[in-house]
Amino acid sequence: MSKRVGLEASFAAAEAARMANVDVIAAYPITPQTHIPERLAEMVADGELNAAYIPVESEHSALSACLGAAAVGARTFTATAGQGLELMHEVVYIASSMRYPVVMAVSNRALSAPLSVWGDHSDAMAVRDTGWIQVFCQNNQEVFDMTLWAFRVGEDSRVLLPVMVHFDGFHLSHVTEPVFLPEQEEVDRFLPRFQYPFALDPDKPMTHGAFGPPDIYSEAKVAQEVAFRKSKDVIIQGFKEFGDIFGRYYNLVEPYRTEGAKVLLLTMGSFGETAKIAIDTKKNKGESVGLISLRLWRPFPFRELRQAVKNAETLIVFDRCISFGGPGGPVYSEIRSALYNEKKRPKVVSLIGGLGGRDMSVEDFEYVIDRGQRIAEEGSKELFETVGIRGKVTGIRG
Amino acid sequence: MTEKRLKTGSDLTWRDMEVGNIVTEAGNACVRKTGDWRTERPILDKEKCTKCALCWIYCPDAAIKPSEEGYYEADLHYCKGCGICANICPVGAITMTEEGEK
Repeated sequence: MSKRVGLEASFAAAEAARMANVDVIAAYPITPQTHIPERLAEMVADGELNAAYIPVESEHSALSACLGAAAVGARTFTATAGQGLELMHEVVYIASSMRYPVVMAVSNRALSAPLSVWGDHSDAMAVRDTGWIQVFCQNNQEVFDMTLWAFRVGEDSRVLLPVMVHFDGFHLSHVTEPVFLPEQEEVDRFLPRFQYPFALDPDKPMTHGAFGPPDIYSEAKVAQEVAFRKSKDVIIQGFKEFGDIFGRYYNLVEPYRTEGAKVLLLTMGSFGETAKIAIDTKKNKGESVGLISLRLWRPFPFRELRQAVKNAETLIVFDRCISFGGPGGPVYSEIRSALYNEKKRPKVVSLIGGLGGRDMSVEDFEYVIDRGQRIAEEGSKELFETVGIRGKVTGIRG
Repeated sequence: MTEKRLKTGSDLTWRDMEVGNIVTEAGNACVRKTGDWRTERPILDKEKCTKCALCWIYCPDAAIKPSEEGYYEADLHYCKGCGICANICPVGAITMTEEGEK
């Protein structure tokens, strides 16, 4: 029997790591992620969790320590946000290339400058192409569930890849919501002991991290890319197994009231919950609208996305990040590219908002849908529009 | 007895790559040609060589091996051409020659 408790997303992530019985945690505190390592350090100090907590001097060291731990076969967890993820950057690539299934919670935060501790998706977009499996969460239950699931999928011998669990800084990290916590026995059934087939062992010497000269680097990278894309099957299987044990089934792309909808709004992360209310309001007025929440960000779920939007006339993609000098919001840009060769495809419109922690209300999402439809009908000289920006913007042209 | 085929990286396809490019067997450099990027190679003058074995001791890559006649000669599959042997030789029996020259 699961129990229902009030937890902020940071504590939900920490609780999931505890119930996953992690062996090693190495993290450096940074707003808005601080409560995660703080809570885990407390659990270790109080004897609630039998793990090594490695206090480090930076995020670069945090992930490096995690790599060392994973190399000997430890179940390994870390967490960061914003600038911390940026400071980790080179090690982020190494984790996926060396196929260490570290799980990392990211309380999404805007990037400086100007200095901002508040939430948006700039940090996540900067690690888009690093070869980590990446999911976005809409609420605190999902943060708990995805963190558990991340260990299950990443550590699978067919996968062996690191996983990032993204959730919005402050909007989720510091907000208390009811979360169903499962029994330990259920978690143990879902999550077998991590058996890393290449664990460093003095009795069976091997080399991790050899260098790759030009005659082998391309082969190494293509092998990594093929393995990464193939992980999608295990990702889907992991969601199925999760649902079978805990009763909550997840999809790569989550539709909300999309049946027959001519206009679809697409969001990632917690803003999907606010957008749902805007969809309800508009449905009540008789408008043909629906919502798509993109859960799996990498590897990108091309087939599922195309299936989800194929009957829509207009797809409005809402981003929480600017791709400077690019074709529009980064999520928009990916989705438009995914649909480009389809014979039947919706018009795709880019709107950006919620930058650096700016709130997006239900009314704001109603505006996004209205404005997106108008742009789809009339066209626009601007590549994207920023919701709620003060001052007329005319300089964003291709 | 057939000689174990020496592999270079260019023999491997992407399917041959181990997970994370891990090298799962220790000491397997002996089945690969690791000296093919050498720019100079050591030439031994057997007239001068006193078989003192200093070059064998100093070679940082264990590329110098004793021959049946008791000389010490570089295995050019592995020798990187660093020149330490030529430098350490007390009788000047080893000279470094540019690759491509006789």
